[in-house]
Amino acid sequence: MLHFPRWKIWLIVASCVASLLFLVPNFVGRDTLASMPGWLPHRQLTLGLDLQGGAHLMLEVDTQAMIKERLEVLRDDVRRVLREDRVGYTGIGIQGTTVQVRIPDQAQIEKAATKLATIPQSLSDTVFSGARIVDVEIARDEGGLFRLSLTKPGLDYRTRRVVEQSMEVVRRRVDQLGTTEPIIARQGGTRLLVQVPGLQDIERLKDLLRQTARLTFHMVEGVGPQALGENRSSDTDVLYTRDNPPVPVLIQKRAMLTGEELVDAQASFSSQSSEPVVSFRFNTSGAQKFAQVTQQAVGRPFAIVLDKDVISYPVIREPILGGSGQISGSFSVQSANDLALLLRAGALPADLTIVEERTVGPGLGADSIAAGKLAAGVGTVLVVLYMIGNYGLLGIFADIAVVINIMMLMAILSVLQATLTLPGIAGIVLTIGMAVDANVLIYERIREEQKLGRSPISSIDAGFSRALGTIIDSNLTTLIAAVVMFLLGSGPIKGFAVTLGIGILTTLFTAITVTRLMVAMWLKRFRPTRIPI
Amino acid sequence: MRLIKLIPEDTKIPFMGARLVTFPISMVLVATSLILMAVFGLNYGIDFAGGTVVEVRSHVSPADLHDIRSRLSAIGLGEMQVQGFGTPDDVLIRFGEQPGGELAQQAAVAKVKATLGEAFDYRRVEVVGPRVSADLRRDGAIAVVVALALVLVYLWFRFEWQFAVGAVLTTIHDIVLTLGLLSATQISFDLTAIAAILTIVGYSLNDTVVIYDRIRENLRKYKKMPLPELIDGAINQTLTRTIRTSTTTFLAVSALLIFGGEALRGFNFTMLCGIVIGTYSSIIISAPLLIFLRLRTGGGAPGEDKGDAEKTGPAKPGAPRKPAGASA
Repeated sequence: MLHFPRWKIWLIVASCVASLLFLVPNFVGRDTLASMPGWLPHRQLTLGLDLQGGAHLMLEVDTQAMIKERLEVLRDDVRRVLREDRVGYTGIGIQGTTVQVRIPDQAQIEKAATKLATIPQSLSDTVFSGARIVDVEIARDEGGLFRLSLTKPGLDYRTRRVVEQSMEVVRRRVDQLGTTEPIIARQGGTRLLVQVPGLQDIERLKDLLRQTARLTFHMVEGVGPQALGENRSSDTDVLYTRDNPPVPVLIQKRAMLTGEELVDAQASFSSQSSEPVVSFRFNTSGAQKFAQVTQQAVGRPFAIVLDKDVISYPVIREPILGGSGQISGSFSVQSANDLALLLRAGALPADLTIVEERTVGPGLGADSIAAGKLAAGVGTVLVVLYMIGNYGLLGIFADIAVVINIMMLMAILSVLQATLTLPGIAGIVLTIGMAVDANVLIYERIREEQKLGRSPISSIDAGFSRALGTIIDSNLTTLIAAVVMFLLGSGPIKGFAVTLGIGILTTLFTAITVTRLMVAMWLKRFRPTRIPI
Repeated sequence: MRLIKLIPEDTKIPFMGARLVTFPISMVLVATSLILMAVFGLNYGIDFAGGTVVEVRSHVSPADLHDIRSRLSAIGLGEMQVQGFGTPDDVLIRFGEQPGGELAQQAAVAKVKATLGEAFDYRRVEVVGPRVSADLRRDGAIAVVVALALVLVYLWFRFEWQFAVGAVLTTIHDIVLTLGLLSATQISFDLTAIAAILTIVGYSLNDTVVIYDRIRENLRKYKKMPLPELIDGAINQTLTRTIRTSTTTFLAVSALLIFGGEALRGFNFTMLCGIVIGTYSSIIISAPLLIFLRLRTGGGAPGEDKGDAEKTGPAKPGAPRKPAGASA
């Protein structure tokens, strides 16, 4: 156990030097880092949101609404195909994820069956294996009752699509905020994680994410309470303005145009009133439609609707042929900017709910780092003194090993670009305390062996080899706990698990190699007759 | 060099004899913990209970808790906790879930900010909705159970079954006592507390494994020695290292508790308690438990070993833990 071939010594020394090199970038400023030669390591520890401050939001994509909408579309489809062929039906309705309809006329059942069979769509699943998925299953009974059910694979597919699209929209919106390195990721089936480091104005971010931002243009049938006559056609809808008190606006349900056809939106100032407005531009097909509609409806008002709120209902004075326009609606500069941002980023395919929010201000983060550093410093000093007090020279060896251990731990964290959280710092301090445990096990064993009358070399040899199994055993249990935490824990816990787990590995390495090398070299150099423990 | 000898080496403390005293004590402690948990419960933090925590720093020093309390209670967000947090300027505001789901919770935060206004720094805002807290509760429970199961499997492979069961019983004892302490102190039980408990699961086993390793070694070495004597020897031989390894970790975690800031106070306190309890149980509980589990030496157990174990073992408080059919 005490003989080290030359290459092994070099390997151990090299790994220590490498750790030091990988550690350095954490202690130099970003400017110095940029000017360092390219072959030197540049990676720095990433600080978690709890340390650098920032916002963590968990958003739930409302897939229930999507399913409800799908069912309504399905019901309308059933109606449509049956009407097309003049098939009489009764009792059409939605139950759970099923649309059912009864065909009372026996003679028409087969005809209805063929028509209904055209409804299911085959979706191609590009994510998994490219298998085809059918989105609707049709069942029928003898009495002419048809049940069209949304299939689970079909719903899963659509859910996945909606979540992916939502993620894209969220990413575009957050990117527009211009903060550095936001993280947007899927969590589980229907959740999105948004982490924006260093963000100050959390309320603005939340505002931006909460809005669906579905922009539509509708013809207006009437404005004000008097417009809400009794004989409203089913093609119209009443929406309200954002004024106080809200003004009801009777609009045509069918949208002339939607925000999907916008290519650009910018906040600017109105040339007439110098109020903030949002200028927008349609794509070619949108511009054509817009021109057509405005040509036909000169002198009539149209409503600009955002998420069921009427933003404004200007009167078309002349045909708008250029495909661009302005939205005015008592905006502030900020709200005009935000609306432009939302329009550029596109509408969300589903509503998002904030189900978890964790925001840390930069002040608290800095305080946490300071406290963590202090605790780590004091912890190290206490442990170092304790080891020297108990084991003297061998204690100093153990202390050097602990310092190398922590260096390696930090170096590995930097290389892996792991995120250092506040619990992560606790994990490092804990590692300081637990790392010397391995040395204690070895030294106690050496002491025991020496007492049995063995020579120094023989007892040290026996101490290292006999303690090894125990060290591995006892550290493995903690490692199991760390792995479980990493796999099942969230955010900050993961950070703790990472430092704890890597700390155990580096502890095993330093206890078995670094300390052993130091003790072996000391033995060789001084040939003590008795080990001072 | 003169070395400090805080702990006497080469002790000969009769732990096995003492188990007639220490086991009942542990039983009472476990029972007390369970009663505490049943009566007072754990003070679930917002991670598990849902709700909102807002940490503010007053621009005026010190923060006027009374004023904050009366202003916030006027906006009707249900029961509200307002308490000092670390420095005299820092205040922690906590309130529960609002009827009306996640949207209402978000509105509540806005209300608090509007009420307190610009006189405060909002250092931390955490809002956990009912869906997330339910998930975190489930994940936390799964994590603890999975960790215990994995450790059990590992120990099973590594040792005879009695060791594995003994270690897991000891670990459960540690968890229950730690939870009891958390219940008695009503320290907030949140995600980090789960992390602390999982770490304790791993850590408290360290010491147990060290002692078990030595018992196993001695079982091979001294085939004729009666089991209680053998276990006593193993505990005493490993006592210094058990205490010393725990002390180093204890020192590091105390530094965390004293200097590591307010945010992780619960975590650090739980860890510290866990270390003390884990060390105690490794020495006092884990090894003597082997007797009740009828550990026998190697292949052919000498009759007197078993006889001795049976003479001192039965009808004591630990006896009901004896698994049926452990020996013929």
